[in-house]
Amino acid sequence: MLNLFLIQALNGVQLGILLFLVAAGLTLIFGVMDLINLAHGALYMIGAYLAATFTAATGSFGLGLLLALPATLAFGLALEFLVVRHLYGRDHLDQVLATFGLILILNEGVRIVWGAAPMSVPVPDALSGSVHLVGTLHYPLYRVAIIAAGLATALGLHLLVNHTRLGMRLRAGASNGPMVAALGIDIRRLFLVVFGLGAMLAGFAGAMVAPILSVDPGMGDSVLILTFVVIVIGGVGSVRGAFVAGLLVGLADQLGRTFGPILLRSVMDASAASQTGRTLAPMLIYILMAAVLFFRPSGLFPARGSR
Amino acid sequence: MTALVARITAEPPRRRAAFSGAGLAGLVLAALAALPVAAEAAGLPFLVVTATRMMIFGLAALSLDLVLGYGAMVSFGHAAFIGLGAYAVGILDAHGIRDLAVQAPVAAGMCALFALVTGAISLRTRGVYFIMITLAFGQMAYFFMVSLAAYGGDDGLPLSGRSTLFGMRLIEGDPALFYLVLAVLAVALLVLRRVVASRFGRVLRGSRDNAVRMQAIGFSPLPYRLTAYVIAGAVAGLAGVLLANQAEFVSPAYMSWQRSGELIVMVVLGGMGTLVGPVVGAAALIALEEVLAHYSDHWRLGLGVMLVAVVLLSRGGLAGLAAKIGRRA
Repeated sequence: MLNLFLIQALNGVQLGILLFLVAAGLTLIFGVMDLINLAHGALYMIGAYLAATFTAATGSFGLGLLLALPATLAFGLALEFLVVRHLYGRDHLDQVLATFGLILILNEGVRIVWGAAPMSVPVPDALSGSVHLVGTLHYPLYRVAIIAAGLATALGLHLLVNHTRLGMRLRAGASNGPMVAALGIDIRRLFLVVFGLGAMLAGFAGAMVAPILSVDPGMGDSVLILTFVVIVIGGVGSVRGAFVAGLLVGLADQLGRTFGPILLRSVMDASAASQTGRTLAPMLIYILMAAVLFFRPSGLFPARGSR
Repeated sequence: MTALVARITAEPPRRRAAFSGAGLAGLVLAALAALPVAAEAAGLPFLVVTATRMMIFGLAALSLDLVLGYGAMVSFGHAAFIGLGAYAVGILDAHGIRDLAVQAPVAAGMCALFALVTGAISLRTRGVYFIMITLAFGQMAYFFMVSLAAYGGDDGLPLSGRSTLFGMRLIEGDPALFYLVLAVLAVALLVLRRVVASRFGRVLRGSRDNAVRMQAIGFSPLPYRLTAYVIAGAVAGLAGVLLANQAEFVSPAYMSWQRSGELIVMVVLGGMGTLVGPVVGAAALIALEEVLAHYSDHWRLGLGVMLVAVVLLSRGGLAGLAAKIGRRA
């Protein structure tokens, strides 16, 4: 039981870290640019496809990942230039519509370029084993690597946001955009940097999960919704909030799936408990979100004082 | 000071709407009533099926517009109500209750209750948070139905047949269902026209245009917004009842978040804050889908490009685009 708990907790942390990587970019885009970007999940998908393609072409996952990062960045910058920059300052509804259109375009574009069948990426040989934790417990090395890479990225982001001039501008932009522009900072370039950075983080997350999930045209949609949950729980615009909420959502999801039915068994009979558990598990994070918003309508760590 | 009072008490400026004449709506309804006969004569019976689908989604889009266009609440979980309405039919049918006279009130009541509970929580939030929390409630309903193995779960639930009306098999044929949907849509249009013209509707619009002023003159927007949300939920539930009957099948896919997105597209395409606009938008979007799907498997690409283009080139949907082109010409 303890082993099961540890494994599920680690799976939860791993899911949470990935959600954080996608959510960090999206929350900055929300917070700094006041832009709802539904196509953020599609960038995660693009990252996964690019990593899969480059890995197949070079025969090395490391090289594939290394090539996928700048490629996703370039893709994000192109998207900002072509469509997204025309949406700044527009109504939220316009942004929802246009980026909903972008999802349709990107999902269908991926089907045209790579086909509808899922692609698979082999786990790199160097990371294919498992590590020994305690007792008889082993955990796949690749998942440990994901957690480590995610934590390193989180630390890097923390340093970037809190200890650099760019980070200072990002934080200022999130708390009062018009004032930052009035102080003579090139807000257009700041937006471009934020969007590109966000796209690259999402692409990085997509590339990292490519070996353990199937790479398919719908993969961006499911992660997008989870990411929204993370951002809203954490508080729009807050990178720290996205980190805490990502772990919270990841742990709630993974532990709920396993231990929900076990806990329910103590109050009802076994078959009813497993049925109820299966029904409740996928809803758990949405219930968590509704509960958080009921008590704190602006999330756990609201970045903007006014909202 | 008098100028301020005048501004507060004046009707909000009327939005430019291309499709708002009641007479025009009557003409369109009359033309629609003749459609099944004409389609039969022309040997195009699928037109009746497509037109029924357009009207069903028109009804759902109409209900969303009460929230979105009249209340300025961007609800991103509206497809959940369609799905719940459809499942009310499916689940009652599985237990042998096949009469519309029971199914429709149960569906509308369930959706109203769901809207009341989720709306009360969602309306505590504003802006982006409201969009996201309605999305989350929509997903909750979706996953609930996906994991409800007793009623088909992921695979969906086939009906034993179309609903009966007071014990009679009145809507077996497609033309009969068409007339039923047409009647429901017409009644919904008339009722919602009265609703938005009433004092309730004026407070709702007032809160949309300036919530602070409405509060200053003594109206708390929350009960009005919540009531609008509940009415919209119940009407969308009725659209779900009709959809289940057309497909004779109920599936969680009815309530996916992409469906909610499409409903928003329908409302905005047709023109927000009008009643006939969303119905026109629904018809236009479904027609577009049918035509594009006829030419290519990748029709969603074309739809996406058009969507982005419409947003980048115009404000105010097809109605706004038409007005813009009209001004230029």
